[in-house]
Amino acid sequence: MTTLLKETLKHSSIYMPTPARITAVKDLTALEKLFTIELPSGFSLNHRPGQFVQISVLGVGEAPISISSSPSRSNGSFEVCVRRVGSVTNAMHALKPGAMLGLRGPFGRGFPVERFRGKDILFVPGGLGLAPLRSLINEVLDERGKYGRVIILYGTRSPSEILFRDEIAQWQQRTDIEFHMTVDRADESWTGNVGVVTTLFPKVQIHPRNMVAVVVGPPVMYRFVLMELLGKGIAEGNIWFSFERHMKCGVGKCGHCQMHHIYTCQDGPSFSYAEIKHLEEAL
Amino acid sequence: MSFKIMPKAALPDWVTWLKNRYRVVGPTARQGQYVFAEIASPDELVLDYPTSVLPPKKYLLPQRETLFTFDAQSMQMKANIEWEPTVILGVHTCDMHAIRLLDKVHATGYTDQHYQAHRQHTTLVSIECLSPCMEQSFCKSMGTLTVPEDYDLHLTDLGDSYGVDVGSEKGEALLQGFTAIWDPTSEDYQRINKVMAEKWPRFSYRLNFDVTELPDLLALSNNSSLWNELGDICLGCGQCTKVCPTCYCFDVRDEVDLSLTKGQRTRTWDSCQIDRFATVAGGHNFRSTRALRNRHRFMRKGKYHLEAYGLIGCVGCGRCAAACLVHITPVDTFNELYRRHKKGEILEEAKQA
Ligand SMILES: Cc1cc2nc3c(=O)[nH]c(=O)nc-3n(C[C@H](O)[C@H](O)[C@H](O)COP(=O)(O)OP(=O)(O)OC[C@H]3O[C@@H](n4cnc5c(N)ncnc54)[C@H](O)[C@@H]3O)c2cc1C
Ligand code: SF4
Ligand code: SF4
Ligand code: FES
Repeated sequence: MTTLLKETLKHSSIYMPTPARITAVKDLTALEKLFTIELPSGFSLNHRPGQFVQISVLGVGEAPISISSSPSRSNGSFEVCVRRVGSVTNAMHALKPGAMLGLRGPFGRGFPVERFRGKDILFVPGGLGLAPLRSLINEVLDERGKYGRVIILYGTRSPSEILFRDEIAQWQQRTDIEFHMTVDRADESWTGNVGVVTTLFPKVQIHPRNMVAVVVGPPVMYRFVLMELLGKGIAEGNIWFSFERHMKCGVGKCGHCQMHHIYTCQDGPSFSYAEIKHLEEAL
Repeated sequence: MSFKIMPKAALPDWVTWLKNRYRVVGPTARQGQYVFAEIASPDELVLDYPTSVLPPKKYLLPQRETLFTFDAQSMQMKANIEWEPTVILGVHTCDMHAIRLLDKVHATGYTDQHYQAHRQHTTLVSIECLSPCMEQSFCKSMGTLTVPEDYDLHLTDLGDSYGVDVGSEKGEALLQGFTAIWDPTSEDYQRINKVMAEKWPRFSYRLNFDVTELPDLLALSNNSSLWNELGDICLGCGQCTKVCPTCYCFDVRDEVDLSLTKGQRTRTWDSCQIDRFATVAGGHNFRSTRALRNRHRFMRKGKYHLEAYGLIGCVGCGRCAAACLVHITPVDTFNELYRRHKKGEILEEAKQA
């Protein structure tokens, strides 16, 4: 019998994490590391792409982190990509394989993958947005036959911030993926496109009728990409985002992630544009 | 369930009787103000009180609460679910409505077991408000001048006695074996009807419109310049949310002892009026101005809660109005929006946005 990690929320306190072990740590950039986390034996994560977990370093605190591995590739263990920005994330970066963390979740509703089947998918990750989107991208690639065209338009600020270089190299090789990349500011090493992520749009043919677009990145990116997507005629219900909000509890109680009457931690963090377009505070 | 009469002369004995069985909490006078505190002796209890500084919420959601203790070395964790059998005496009807909302919030989606533990072991003895408790209150406008049906016992002051409505078995247990009470006579019923009939005219409506129109009014008011005007004077101190009986947001932090491995994770009251409340990594703040934060607070009270929980988020107690140093009040805010709406300004500003 496997127990879902989520079941542990029904125990004595919804705020109490479950111990889990780091089995691998990999440097991705100067600021980001990829952690492989193994659940206690008999536990399964059973997540959807777009969901996140609350990770605890006991004594330091807890932070919401997206699950970066796809359900198709996470069983007893999963991956998270963490940028070092503050107390919890710095403490995580100091940890070595074998170290223990606390986990709660998975939280949020994630992306409705089954509704994307049969459609063309346009992924638009910006910066660290590739970390959560990687979960969905790899899920789609592992079930490639169930989807139409797969297009990825990835933008980062500079070449040194590119995440998952090995995987990107594989994506670039595949003929069943249309992959384009850009950086805001180039350096000597860079020979590719320079400019914000919207400058990649002219490079691909978009047939809006059967297309889903999934956009994850920093808040500033959303408005510009949205204008582009709406301009191409993609249906409002087929444009998906993942929102970052300050989160403390993950279970709809602490109020930090509230966006109008919605708790982003529970009702999101993924939303279609149709769902949030009337919400003043969303974009 | 049933209705009893308790002579006022019996109250001290009853409180003493309760004290032998429960922690007894009620309104007490402290330095010219009223606070809910543990009753050490029956004569400390002031049932005829203008509203308390902090609502009785603090016994259900303590200002600071340990969620679990841990040993980071061995990864041992132990949930800290605390409760003490408590009777809260003299809860005003508005605060009862607020507790009803808190109950709903903490049972929706995931159950917050910490809140539940306090709540399940708390017996609520509410009291009928017979005259307005302070200048800032506007309970009649918010529909909270009568008690919701969640009380365990409900008292009505009949002069030399209290009418006691028994609302639950928990309430009934507070009267068990206590002999100085009796079943009401027809005269007692007449008296209670008279008291209730006389009470209503003493309260006035303070909203200039019907509260059922409030969510719609707020929906139109997103782009009102009033929010900027409030933002310009608001100090961002968060006092309004600290005293509010329906606010429940919290912050979480870890505390470690000198060993640096053993410690506890605690939660403390937090406020959406404080600037960093919605800031995320990278420094982006989704409610960066005091204007936006004020708007969020009033939207939450008058609209969002209704949408999320089916109950309005403000119970009209007036505490925030009394606490605010720059005199920002829900009544003035809502009435001003209504006035501007009547003049067509709200729709004009919405169109321009
Ligand atoms: C749904 C979701 C998914 C996320 N996924 C990832 C991910 O995959 N990888 C990653 O590196 N980061 C991710 N983040 C961001 C990450 O949660 C924050 O960077 C982290 O909380 C910072 O914690 P800290 O203790 O290291 O920083 P702190 O020392 O607490 O603060 C650093 C900065 O982060 C902000 N912050 C603090 N706490 C939070 C919080 N709980 N939520 C959001 N911002 C906060 C602060 O306001 C400050 O600006 C995600 C955030 C959300 C909401
Ligand atoms: S918003 Fe003000 S008046 Fe309304 S319940 Fe809260 S403290 Fe009372
Ligand atoms: S109490 Fe008044 S000044 Fe302080 S945050 Fe609330 S509205 Fe602003
Ligand atoms: S993170 Fe606490 S309510 Fe969403």
